[in-house]
Amino acid sequence: MQTYFYDLVDRLTASLTGGEVLISAFRAEDSDFVRFNKAKVRQAGRVQQRSIGLQLIEGRRHASVEVCLSGVMEDDLPRCQRQLERLRERRGFLPEDPHLLYSEEPTSSEHHGENSLPDGSEMVRDIQDSAQGRDLVGIHAAGGVHAGFANSLGQRNWFSTHSFNFDWSFHHSADKAVKSSHAGFEWKTDEFQRKLELSAEQLKVLGHPAKTLEPGGYRVYLAPPALNDIVDMVGSDSFGMKMQRTKQSPLIKLLEDEARLHPSLSITEATALGVAPNFQEAGFIRPSEVKLVDGGAPADCLISPRSAKEFGVETNGASAHEVPESIDVAAGKLPQDRVLEELGTGLWIGNVWYLNYSDRSSCRTTGMTRFATFWVENGQIQAPLNVMRFDETAYRMLGEQLVDMTAERDWILDPETYHRRSTRSARMPGALVDDFRLTL
Amino acid sequence: MLESTAQAFREAAAGVDYATLRVVEQTDEVVNVRQGILQPVGSTEDRGAMVEVHHGDGSGYAATSDLSPSGLRSAIERAKDWAETTAGRGVVKPSEIARLTTEAEYDTPVQRPWEDTSLGDKIDLVTREAATLKTDDRIVDWSASLWYTGQESTLISTDGGQVRQRFSMVAPNLHATANSGTETQTRTLGGHAQARQGGLEIVEMSGFVGSGGQIADEALQLLEAPDCPSGVMDLVLAPDQMVLQIHESIGHPLELDRILGDERNYAGTSFVTMDMFGSYQYGSERLNVTFDPTRPDQLASYGYDDDGQKATKEFLIKDGLLLRPLGGATSQARADMKGVANARANGWNRPPIDRMANINLEHGDASFEDMIKSVEKGVYMETNCSWSIDDSRNKFQFGCELGRLIENGELGPIVRKANYRGISATFWRSLSMVGNESTVDVMGTPYCGKGEPNQVIKVGHASPTCLFRQVDVFGGA
Repeated sequence: MQTYFYDLVDRLTASLTGGEVLISAFRAEDSDFVRFNKAKVRQAGRVQQRSIGLQLIEGRRHASVEVCLSGVMEDDLPRCQRQLERLRERRGFLPEDPHLLYSEEPTSSEHHGENSLPDGSEMVRDIQDSAQGRDLVGIHAAGGVHAGFANSLGQRNWFSTHSFNFDWSFHHSADKAVKSSHAGFEWKTDEFQRKLELSAEQLKVLGHPAKTLEPGGYRVYLAPPALNDIVDMVGSDSFGMKMQRTKQSPLIKLLEDEARLHPSLSITEATALGVAPNFQEAGFIRPSEVKLVDGGAPADCLISPRSAKEFGVETNGASAHEVPESIDVAAGKLPQDRVLEELGTGLWIGNVWYLNYSDRSSCRTTGMTRFATFWVENGQIQAPLNVMRFDETAYRMLGEQLVDMTAERDWILDPETYHRRSTRSARMPGALVDDFRLTL
Repeated sequence: MLESTAQAFREAAAGVDYATLRVVEQTDEVVNVRQGILQPVGSTEDRGAMVEVHHGDGSGYAATSDLSPSGLRSAIERAKDWAETTAGRGVVKPSEIARLTTEAEYDTPVQRPWEDTSLGDKIDLVTREAATLKTDDRIVDWSASLWYTGQESTLISTDGGQVRQRFSMVAPNLHATANSGTETQTRTLGGHAQARQGGLEIVEMSGFVGSGGQIADEALQLLEAPDCPSGVMDLVLAPDQMVLQIHESIGHPLELDRILGDERNYAGTSFVTMDMFGSYQYGSERLNVTFDPTRPDQLASYGYDDDGQKATKEFLIKDGLLLRPLGGATSQARADMKGVANARANGWNRPPIDRMANINLEHGDASFEDMIKSVEKGVYMETNCSWSIDDSRNKFQFGCELGRLIENGELGPIVRKANYRGISATFWRSLSMVGNESTVDVMGTPYCGKGEPNQVIKVGHASPTCLFRQVDVFGGA
């Protein structure tokens, strides 16, 4: 596939005229998806997709298109050549772009992940056999994910990985369920069994009568998946230069020095520790890390090439959307095995759901508890909880009301599959928070 | 689709019990001017095929962007492999699912095709409208955009069925963001709900031309406005907020695959159970909701779903009574219930699942003025900007860009950070007045997410303005 991509770009480059520059980004995957409901197969299949982005530049004028490829040169080459002709024609209508910026110093790289995945049917049998009659719902995704970059200036970058992500839940009744995941590059049956057993233990507690809380402030433990969703929500539009400079970042009060986050909170875009490509769509290489929040204070932000030109700064290799892809939240000091004891009386929240802003300028977020969420008294789990809505600001959750974060962190591989399988990841502790506001 | 592709498919599928081939070609284009600068004019040319195989006691699928005869043969083999792997392990027997035997065509009615206007003219139009948004130094970000999608889908089956459909969608938008200190307010043209099927005639119909000044002015007013008050009071919702209210607390809960448990690991379950259909009072007697893919101008209009079932208008809720779920052929077979033709996929690389299509709240007979006059204390809200609901589709919370106080039957000043929360099971029973046809707007959202693997799809929601009594309303932090 790498050879095919480079060969295609070489042939297209040979057709360039005058001072044209061609920038090309490649994406492909070959994935099996098996969806389960009640431990039976709902849908099973394979998706093989390839696409190439072509950006044709002359001076400061440019036009671009993304084209789906068949993988057959006799078909793809003439289609791409026709698209280049179309881009040339369109470019004539377009003004010069003052915010155009692309890598002009070739920096090539390669990453080839090993394919250690077993046969898809073997993983499916493992899953169904391990469910042991339980109501298992989930999605197993596995296969190769590939990305490439090439330009007419000679830069070549390739990223290839073979991974699996089994995201599932065991269901007791109604909305009472335990969620877990097993993801990585090698299917380890013993590790999978361990996670199943832990989920099965939690499932037993869900069989107890559920408790309903009154709205109010409670001490809570947010398990790593729950904290990840909160940080992900805030990170989706807070850390990009464009959102910050146009005063649209929900962390505007932090940036304007009118609010604080907890001094123990440090958030980093840690590309070197993640599983995403180290290059972006204009050919810039991402640094190993970008510190976004340092000791509770704003640090750097994600600067795409367009933002760099717009605001007169250097790009730091962020993608156009300026959203973290390999987020790392620094660990705290609370040992995992003391979480319940330190929680004392309150909620143990395994997951949250459907977050959105209720007051963007104050970074106030609403959402729901979901899956394994328990009432704890004096450090002992007592009962599952009926779902509750919360409405809290980041400045309280991750600021004045943050008690501590765990010393141990989970490595979470994003199971999202909109359009293609995600290569985002997070290293996330759990968080103990006081006076967390439940509203409904 | 070339006849050669269809022929290659039929030959390659000769060895399986039943198979379908769905070839989808889609073009997307966005023209966006932000702060007076034309953003990169990108387009997407997508093309691929989804093969679904029923063989023996199993079913499988394979999607490929390689439409050559060898590519299709390979896809059928992979789909057949999955059918054999999952034989006897599935949620439904393939033999119980209706097959495609129909031959039919459908095209979006278009008055001004997207491709008939030059790129230069589109850029000029968007640039002109964008320029009307920067009315004040406090407007710190502004943009105007047009998004076009053109799609051709051809579905053929080994039982002789063939359905070819062509769609065209245009979504215009305007946005103005105002800032003062640490307060930032944004106002748009209908949020992301301003989208229909058709051509460039939608631009005029949507108010895209000429609305920039008002949008900028409202953003500035929001900056200086007080927060929405808190309390239990009456609530009047404009169509561009009703879109999300209908979507989250009627559309999603009625999806039959959700009721059957398929989405419990991701998008959630439903408070609706199968025994409720025909007997459950979902809302007040003024609540009438239809599944209607037959409105030609609406975002999710079509002639046939992606299983090849003919689309017809059906009442989901009539006079408040819950009647029918949103379930396509597979869910109907699993549940042994009547449903609708709503098996849809977002493109060629995902299999069809139960989706919403157009879910509309039928208009009533109240004028906007009468609704306002009937309110002693309340808020009128426009344009959704925040949405959240629990995984059973019950406890929800919404936020809107703009609110206006209603006091003693009169519309009052603008308020900002207008939010409200409630519970689906009781909220729809507080529906007190439903606007007449003059209050209806035909809207939708291109961003409905669901399914594993995930899919985002376009859905339509036409609605009048509506009045709800005694709702929990609140403002900012």
